[in-house]
Formats: sequence, C-alpha cells, structure tokens
Amino acid sequence: MKSLTLFAAGLLFAAGLAASGMTQPAKVIGFLDFFGNWDPALIFVMVGAIAVNFVALRFILRRSGPVWGASFGIPTRRDLDARLIGGSALFGIGWGIGGFCPGPALTSLPTLATPILVFVVFMLAGMALFDLMENVRLRHSSTTPS
Amino acid sequence: MHIEPGFWIWPLIGGALIGASAALMMALHGRIAGISGIVSGLITGDRAAWRAWFVGGLVVGGLAMFALQPAAFTLSADRSLAAVAVAGLLVGFGTRLGNGCTSGHGVCGIARLSPRSIVATVTFIATGALTVLVIRSVLGGRI
Repeated sequence: MKSLTLFAAGLLFAAGLAASGMTQPAKVIGFLDFFGNWDPALIFVMVGAIAVNFVALRFILRRSGPVWGASFGIPTRRDLDARLIGGSALFGIGWGIGGFCPGPALTSLPTLATPILVFVVFMLAGMALFDLMENVRLRHSSTTPS
Repeated sequence: MHIEPGFWIWPLIGGALIGASAALMMALHGRIAGISGIVSGLITGDRAAWRAWFVGGLVVGGLAMFALQPAAFTLSADRSLAAVAVAGLLVGFGTRLGNGCTSGHGVCGIARLSPRSIVATVTFIATGALTVLVIRSVLGGRI
C-alpha cells in the first residue's frame, strides 16, 4: 500500500507535467523569453501547483506526522549561501539551453527520443559528478586540521 | 507576447495535479516531492525503495500520457544534441549544488514560503531568461 501511494504520486506528477505543457521544451523556452515573444502560459503551472500545495500544507502540517514515517521532512535551513545561489544559477542556464528540468525530462523518457535520452544521461552524470566532487571535498576537509 | 483564449486552463490544471502530488507526498510520507533530490539519491548512494517507486510512477505516468496525447511531448526547440548534453550536465550539477529544482524549490519550497526556495526560484528563472535571451539575440536562436 505504502509503495503504491508513492507510485500513484509519481503518476499524478507525470500527468500534471504532461497536461501543463512542461514536457514541451519550446514552451518552456517561450516562457523564459521575457524579452522576446513571451509565452506566459507556464506561470499558471506554478500558480496552480503552489496554490494547491500551499492550502493542503495548512491542513497536513496540523497533524502530528505523516501517515507513514516518524515526522515531516521539512528543511529547516533559512540561510542564503553561495552554493544555493550558484547551483540555482547553473541550473537556470541549463534549463534555458535545453528547455528541460528534471521532472519533465524523466516523464518524457518513454518517448525514447534521442534528445531526451541524451539529456537524462548527462543530467545523471552531472549529479554523479557533484557527488564525486563533494566526497573529495569532504574527505579533504576531514583530514585537514581546522 | 502571444496569447490564445483559454491558454491558461491546461497549465493551471496540470499545475494543480503537480501540487496535489506534492501534498500527497508530504501527507503520506513526510517527503518533499523534489524530483532532482529523489532521483539523485538513486544514483549516488541512498537507493531507498521509496525513491524508485516514485520515479517508477513518474516514468509510467509519462508512458500513459504519451500513449494518450503524444502532442504533449512535442520536441520542437532548435537545440543540437551537444547543447542538450551541456544542458543536462548543468541541470544535474546545478540542482545538486543548489539543493533542488523547479519542483523542490519552485513548488514545494515556495508553498512553505521558504526564503531559500524563493531565492533559488528567482535565481534559476533569471539565469534561464538571460540564457534564452543570449541564445536568441546573440547566437541567432539555434545552438
């Protein structure tokens, strides 16, 4: 049951992405083209998603915890650091080049279109590269006396 | 700006479904529906089954939508495979460094009014817009 609800949440997410236009890179690029032939449609994806989630969270977070699991895994950090801003900046550049963010790319995998396969492989490689660099950095900082 | 009547209806419906999925993840599992975070765990260590179930749903959902409505997956952007590869690398690396993407920061974080997520979202939309501007006006629209 627990696994099926995770699967269902994934299905719902994919249906939302495909219905909204997020799986069409030309639409994403049109949305990001503020200074040209701007296509405002995807603003409504954010409005719809944030509104539903915002209202639902009011009710969800009144409970003592989730149905499964000990507690709500809500990030507690509030500081703004260079990693957050730098990482988001790099992500935005990639988003503008390809017109894909992670969810729509994975949802589009079953099309088996070459650009999708290339994007997903390189996206996973980028994640793995980050992990590798992070491990090297952490190992280095743990062996350096502070 | 180009606008057709009712252009906002499907984006709004799709967005509501995404928001409902994120609410379900929090209510049932206490988890943030951040795609980059969920997927990266699968390839870099924490291969927990819950991640695979969610991503499985995402891919099977994509398959069902592709069968029902192939036009929803139209690839018409003027982007070469090399450009797509660079885009993938930047998206993968950037979302890990910045701890989230459009879903984790843009949908889940903003719905919680998290200052980090608001700054992240403004940042990636700004650099995305700047990138599109440069590609269109400096590079002639094709890369």
